[in-house]
Parts: sequence; C-alpha cells; structure tokens
Amino acid sequence: MFLAWNEAQALEIIRRHDGREGPLLPILHDMQAMFGCVPVEAVSFIASAMNLTRAEVHGVASFYHDFREQPAGRHMLKLCRAEACQSMGGEAVAAKVLKQFGVGWGGTTADGSLTVEATYCLGLCACAPSAMLDGEPMARLDQASVDAIAQEVGR
Amino acid sequence: MRLFVPRDAAARAVGADRIAMALEAEARRLGRTVEIVRTGSRGLFWLEPMIEVETPAGRIAFGPVMPGDVPALFAADFGARHPLHLGRPEELPFLKRQTRITFARCGITDPLSLADYRAHSGGRGLERAKSLGAAKTIEEVTKSGLRGRGGAGFPTGIKWKTVADTAADRKYVVCNADEGDSGTYADRMIMEGDPFVLIEGMAIAGFAIGATKGYIYIRSEYPDAVRVMERAIVLAEAEGLLGAEAKFDLEVRVGAGAYVCGEETSLLDSLEGKRGQVRAKPPLPAHKGLFGKPTAVNNAISLATVPAILAEGGEAYAALGFGRSRGTMPIQLAGNVKHAGLFEAPFGLSLGELVDEIGGGTHSGRPVRAVQAGGPLGAYFPRALFDTPYDYEAYAARDGLIGHGGLVVFDDTVDMARQARFALEFCALESCGKCTPCRLGSVRGMETMDRIIRGERREANLALVEDLCRTLKFASLCALGGFTPYPVMSAIRHFPEDFNRPRLTAAAAE
Repeated sequence: MFLAWNEAQALEIIRRHDGREGPLLPILHDMQAMFGCVPVEAVSFIASAMNLTRAEVHGVASFYHDFREQPAGRHMLKLCRAEACQSMGGEAVAAKVLKQFGVGWGGTTADGSLTVEATYCLGLCACAPSAMLDGEPMARLDQASVDAIAQEVGR
Repeated sequence: MRLFVPRDAAARAVGADRIAMALEAEARRLGRTVEIVRTGSRGLFWLEPMIEVETPAGRIAFGPVMPGDVPALFAADFGARHPLHLGRPEELPFLKRQTRITFARCGITDPLSLADYRAHSGGRGLERAKSLGAAKTIEEVTKSGLRGRGGAGFPTGIKWKTVADTAADRKYVVCNADEGDSGTYADRMIMEGDPFVLIEGMAIAGFAIGATKGYIYIRSEYPDAVRVMERAIVLAEAEGLLGAEAKFDLEVRVGAGAYVCGEETSLLDSLEGKRGQVRAKPPLPAHKGLFGKPTAVNNAISLATVPAILAEGGEAYAALGFGRSRGTMPIQLAGNVKHAGLFEAPFGLSLGELVDEIGGGTHSGRPVRAVQAGGPLGAYFPRALFDTPYDYEAYAARDGLIGHGGLVVFDDTVDMARQARFALEFCALESCGKCTPCRLGSVRGMETMDRIIRGERREANLALVEDLCRTLKFASLCALGGFTPYPVMSAIRHFPEDFNRPRLTAAAAE
C-alpha cells in the first residue's frame, strides 16, 4: 500500500505545500503517508528542494517520535502506556499483547504483519486501557480485545 | 424517529460505530425510518456507547449499549421498560450537578452542522465582540477572570492585551491542542464534539489582537479531532465565517508525537518546521512568537470558552468560581474511577467530592489510594489531602497543580515507587534535550530510583533524588523538567512506605 521511494511523488508533495509557512512537518507527514517512512533519500531531497541542510532536515525528522526511517509492519498497533491506562492494568494487557505476537516495544512480527509501539496518551483515559490500531481507537482493552487484534491483523 | 449516537473517539473506541450500524440495520429490517445523528459525547464515559432518542418529552438516553441490545431497544420502542433506559440525560446526577458553559453543546448537536450550532446560541460571542470593538472585547475577557486552561493559568485577557499593544505587520493566534497529559481529553472532546466553538473563539481572539491568521496545533494521536476540525474549517469558510471576507484564516497543523510540543515555545518552533525545542523566555511569545511575530498562544479550552464569555458577559463568568480561579473548569475524571467522564463545574469542589462522590470511587471497587492531578507533571494526592479545593492556588500551595484538569485515580494496588520512576522515565523520554537538568537529570533520577526500588542505600539515594528534583525544579527551561519533581516528590512524601518495602526488592529482580 506504500509506494517505493520516487522523486516524482516527492516533488509533488513538496509542491503541494508551496506557499505555506513552516511546511516541514506537513511535508514529512505526507512523505511518511506516501512511502511508509521518511527514507534517507527523502531527507536529502527535501533539504535540496527547501534550501536547507541535510542536518537540519534529519534533525527535525529524528526529533519526533512519529517519523520512521524504515516502514512499519502492515498493521500498526499503538498501545497507551501512560498513567490513566496504568491505573487500569494497561501494563498487564500490554505484556499479553507483546507475548502473543512475540515482539518487544517498537518491534515488528517476523511476517511483517504487525508493529507494536508504545504511545503516551490517546485521550481515551476514561475508557482505559486504550490503544489505536491503524488509526482506529480501541478502549477497555481485555483478553477479548487482544484476540480481536490478532484476528484483524490475520495472526 | 431521530436517534443520536456519539462520534467521539472514546465512544467509537467502545463500539459507537457498530451501534450506529446495528441501529440502521434493525430499522431497515423492521421497515422503519430512522435518522441517526452523530453527535459529540456528553462525557459520561462509563455509559458509552450512550445513545439517545428524541421524544416529545425531550431526549431519552440508553447505555451502555452493545450491538446485541439493538433489537430489544426497537421491540421496547425505546421506552422505559428497556433495562438500559436512563431517562433524560440532563436528569442524570452526573450531568445535573454540572455547570456546562464551555461544553454547553457538546453531545447535543451535530458537530458539523452550522445550523445546529446557531440554533444552540452559537455565533453570538463573535457578533458581540464585533459590536464592542477590539479593545472592549479584551476588557470583557479580562473581566471574566479567564485563566489559561492548559495549566499555566495565566490570565487570557492580559496575554491578549500584550499582543494587541505590540506593533507588528503581522500577528498570529495559535491554539494549543497538543493535549498530551494522561488523564485529559477535554480538548479532544470539544474538537470532535463542537469544533465551531473553537473556531469562533479563535476568530474572536484574532479580531481582538489584530491577527489575520490562526493555527490549531493538534497532536497526531487525535486523528478524529484533526478530521472534524479540518472539515469544520471548510464549512465555516463556505459560509464566509473564515477566509478573505472574515479577514481571518485558520489552518490545522498536526504534531508528530512529541509531548514537549505542548509547551508553547516548543510548539511554535514545531509550527515553524523545526525540532520542537523549548525557547528561553523572554522574549515572550506575545512579543516575539511564531516567526518572530506577536502571537497569542492559548489552550483549546481557553479559546472555546471565550464565545460564551462574550455572549453572556465577562461578569457572569467571573461570578462563578473560587478565589482567583474564576468561572468553570472541565474536570476530567480518568483511570480507575467508577464514573469516568467530563465534569464541568465552577472551581472550588474538593478533591474528595470529585473523586468519591462524583466519581463514585474506583472502578475496581477497591479503596482509592492516590489521585494524580494535572497530568504526568502533576502531584499524587493521598486521601489525607482530599479536602483540597479545586483551585489553581490551593493546589500549588500543596505542591501540586490542576494543570489541564485531569484527575487520574489509582486504587490500593498502585506501587508509588514505580509511579515515581515512571515520571522520571517519561521526562527522559520526552525531554527536548535543550537544557541539562531535564535531559540528564531525568535519566540520573531514573537510575537512582531503580537503586531505591532494589533497596540499595535507600536513605542516601532518596536524598540524592530530592537534591536532583530541586535542580530540575529551579534550573529547567520549561515545565517538563521543572514540574517532573511534583509527581516524584509527592509520591515520596505522601507514600514513603512504598519506597521501603521488601516486596519491591523482589519485584525489581524480575
């Protein structure tokens, strides 16, 4: 579903933000949406297109937790590890998820079907513990939710 | 028949979309015509998914509804004999006790209907501001006593006046919707449930300070809020409420997972396309903010409260509250609490009233042991401090903060040494790296806390953590390093037994 790196698409993204003030974050978001990550090629390309140094662009891309250098698995599960979820046993659910899929935090399953990342608050704190699977919110997580995730990602 | 089903992300997370689909399917099967309106959430999350049906006697609520309940709801004709019948939502004690000003429409209207917005008094604030003029608008906000709802509590009117008085060719309004504190979800709810009120608030701010451009910086963890806000902006532009005619443009910008960008100066750097690093103050953003121009950076809830203040007058708002905390606060009950939800009320309720009476104690049914007030940088309050009134100054006097209004409840299974360690770990994880106390102190604190948990030289290491916290508090550039000592030191002070338990040694060895 993600495209392989290509300059034509990258240029299209940069043009889309022409005239915007401080467009680097929106550009990085769009690059990641298109290519599944912000590849090294993108860093050089953005730098030269925007008259920035590679160090500046790399500095920004690497500062934010969201931007990745390599694409994630086909599905992305973000599990909340913040206090409200902790108070409702979120760490125990998280341990089950990691065990069931055989990954650590930030890891991707061997078949590339799922990446599990930690996140710190999804704003679903009144229905903790919570997570987000491919951008869709999930809350009141329990064993049944873990099974539902497994089914959704086809494992 | 008109049915109302929330589209709020938390309601969706517990199945609201499936309920909406089940209602449609069942209506089709029965050959009945139903109109399903997707609203925001009323904020009674333990009852979500909570649906409502329109009746001559007002709306009647049912919840929490599971897809399997739908056929029986139709069979009972959405009447009182169905076991999930809750009656009129306004009569539910949790809602009845509230004073909804900022959240007056949330959960009631279709968030993307301007007609609904207007029918529920939307737009009156901006109209009144225009008739008053810019200077009087600022006076009205100052008179209301509104203080920054992001946590700092700085008077909004004074901030606006500073920006208004600073001469520049270009000024900005920036809405801080980077609501990263665990236990808070008010910004998310208002953006998903009543986006036009935020747009109106920003338009008023722009008019008052002389800005023609506004940015709403929303965290990437809130994709629903991003979608609703972007759509609402398009709808407002189509009616000339934003754009060239209105002399005010709005744009949504999405964060990228950095907690520290909730700090106003790092948010500005992020908006400029830089690393989200904190700037030293002065200069204040009101003098030199976004792209070096005078900028009013306000929290989403502060801005969403402005329309009601203008519409009803600053004095009416200031008449509510406690001490120097005027008006209402949308308090967010979260975590291990029976009645988790958004409770908007005038300042002054005691912590005990909020947690025990309104919250109904823990969800687990075990005793409440600690409440973290104000997010990951807020203090842990023990039951002994449950008489603390909800007020900026009262919380500060007890070495805590109300922050953005979150209260996270923990039962007696909580291990406070672990919570203290987490606070330092979180600071290390999210530090922007610009100042040394935060960047290094957090890591050093985490290591020291690990030694305490392992039982190594407990007294000496606790003294070291305390010393480190003093450095963090007084030498950090922003609240991330500066306030991390609150959860750490409150845990140590109020729950000393957790820092010296043999079982911790065993747990740490795992």
